Amino acid sequence: MSTALAVARREFKTFFQSPIAYIVIGVFLLVTGWLYFSTLFLGGTASLRSFFGFAPVLFVVFAPAVTMRLLAEERKSGTLELLLSMPIKDWEVVIGKFTAALAMVAVGLLWTLPYPLSVSSLIARGVSFDWGPVLGGYFGLLLLASSFLALGLWASALSRNQIVGFIIGLLLCFAFYFVDKFAFLLPSSLGEILQFLSVDYHFENIARGVFDTRDVLFYLSLTTAGLMLTTRSLAAARQ
Amino acid sequence: MSEAMISIEGLSKSYGTTQALRGVSFEVPRGQVVGFLGPNGAGKTTAMRILAGYALPTAGTAKVAGIDVVLNSLASRRMIGYLPENNPLYEEMMVLDFLAFVAQVRGIAPAEQRQRIKNAVDHCGLKSVISKDIGQLSKGFRQRVGLAQAIIHDPDLLILDEPTSGLDPNQIVEIRHLIKELGQQKTVILSTHILSEVQSTCSRVLIINEGKLVADDSPERLVLGEGGTIHVVLTSRLGNALQAAEVQSILAHIPGVSSVETAEAEGAGTLGFALGYGKEDPRRALFEAAVKNGLLLLEVRRKHVSLEETFRKLTAGEGAPSGPSAEAA
Repeated sequence: MSTALAVARREFKTFFQSPIAYIVIGVFLLVTGWLYFSTLFLGGTASLRSFFGFAPVLFVVFAPAVTMRLLAEERKSGTLELLLSMPIKDWEVVIGKFTAALAMVAVGLLWTLPYPLSVSSLIARGVSFDWGPVLGGYFGLLLLASSFLALGLWASALSRNQIVGFIIGLLLCFAFYFVDKFAFLLPSSLGEILQFLSVDYHFENIARGVFDTRDVLFYLSLTTAGLMLTTRSLAAARQ
Repeated sequence: MSEAMISIEGLSKSYGTTQALRGVSFEVPRGQVVGFLGPNGAGKTTAMRILAGYALPTAGTAKVAGIDVVLNSLASRRMIGYLPENNPLYEEMMVLDFLAFVAQVRGIAPAEQRQRIKNAVDHCGLKSVISKDIGQLSKGFRQRVGLAQAIIHDPDLLILDEPTSGLDPNQIVEIRHLIKELGQQKTVILSTHILSEVQSTCSRVLIINEGKLVADDSPERLVLGEGGTIHVVLTSRLGNALQAAEVQSILAHIPGVSSVETAEAEGAGTLGFALGYGKEDPRRALFEAAVKNGLLLLEVRRKHVSLEETFRKLTAGEGAPSGPSAEAA
């Protein structure tokens, strides 16, 4: 496990030494900040609801952007051969990369904390800001991000080309986001199944402050599935 | 420990329909420095990748110090230092950070890491570039970094895939020197295109062609018994003119001589020939024939077949895997 941690540390450090980190996080903050504050005063409620409303769809784009190079670049430059000939298990490599990606997203989310802090200070005297949905929302975002990152990591393992990795990751994440968007057109039984597969549906539950283990389990299983597929693809890359 | 450091048996590997290795078997005892030769695409890299625990064989077994590289991959990988083909490195990392990362993944105890890194840095002469990004280094230094990561955990076996490719002659000498030094304590298997490298660093040569082992011997013995050419310059003992055709037929009848070709002479009244010979050394018979026929030998220069020629002979005839060279092995 310490080997997985070494991989995670290296990846995290490399990420923040490269301009990609600042571009990805910068653009993420710019887009969320603009979307959030441009509608905040129209809504008239001191909450982060609108932020948590559009955050999942942004993650559809940003999660694959974070993961796209993690394995594709190692395959392209040949360092994967170096790494996989060291005494480290394939799944430890995957866990290490995934942990680094999740830490990167967490750092990005950390910079959005000024939103709830500034909104909580705008509130009328005598009324207390409801932190419950905010904490739930952040917790949900991390869960959602982890499932997207696992899918993105798998996409990155499939090709030596980062751009291909990004596009496959984007499509996968989008599929799990979009799957229930037209469910109302379908018979309700089928619609419910689609809804259960939707990353967004489970997130809405958590962001409302409703804590249900089924939602958490959904994200954890999607993450696990993504990581297992990544491990399989990595083993297949051993030619 | 009498256990062989490397034992490979019936190793085969195919990618789809192409067969990279077709049943290769050999053993390498502890402490030997082995050169792995073969034309591009012969299967050298594939064999080394399997041994290093990166690729998986289609059939056959490979063991490092008795440990199967497939069944007990992690344990065998711990014993190996590996320099992959083209020496891939994390370009954006500092040399020191990179070596520290390798030490961590290699599972070296934190207390020991500093000393191990220092040893590798000293050994490979990396002190001056330790805080530079690997991407900025010259090819020679990159190669040293590649070697440093391969020896940082003090492995029993070093697998070096073309350790001197792309280096200038000075760098080649330096790296070769380093490998020789490492070879005094470790078992080394290295692949190369440069045949003189094998002669200068290895005590044994394995030649592989089209996925099969075609030769396995010491560099000296490999060229021995293969014959060569003798260059002779002769003149008449009595000073009369020589008939080239006549002399040629005399030489051709000497036992051991397989071919006679005219070659450079040394001026008027002299004739030059190149005599090809096989396993039998014809020099004694040559001398006797010269005396008998009134010829004076001005020069006798023998040239052994070089490793280059042996190599070419053994690996010639691409596309004909069952040629005579393949069967000779």
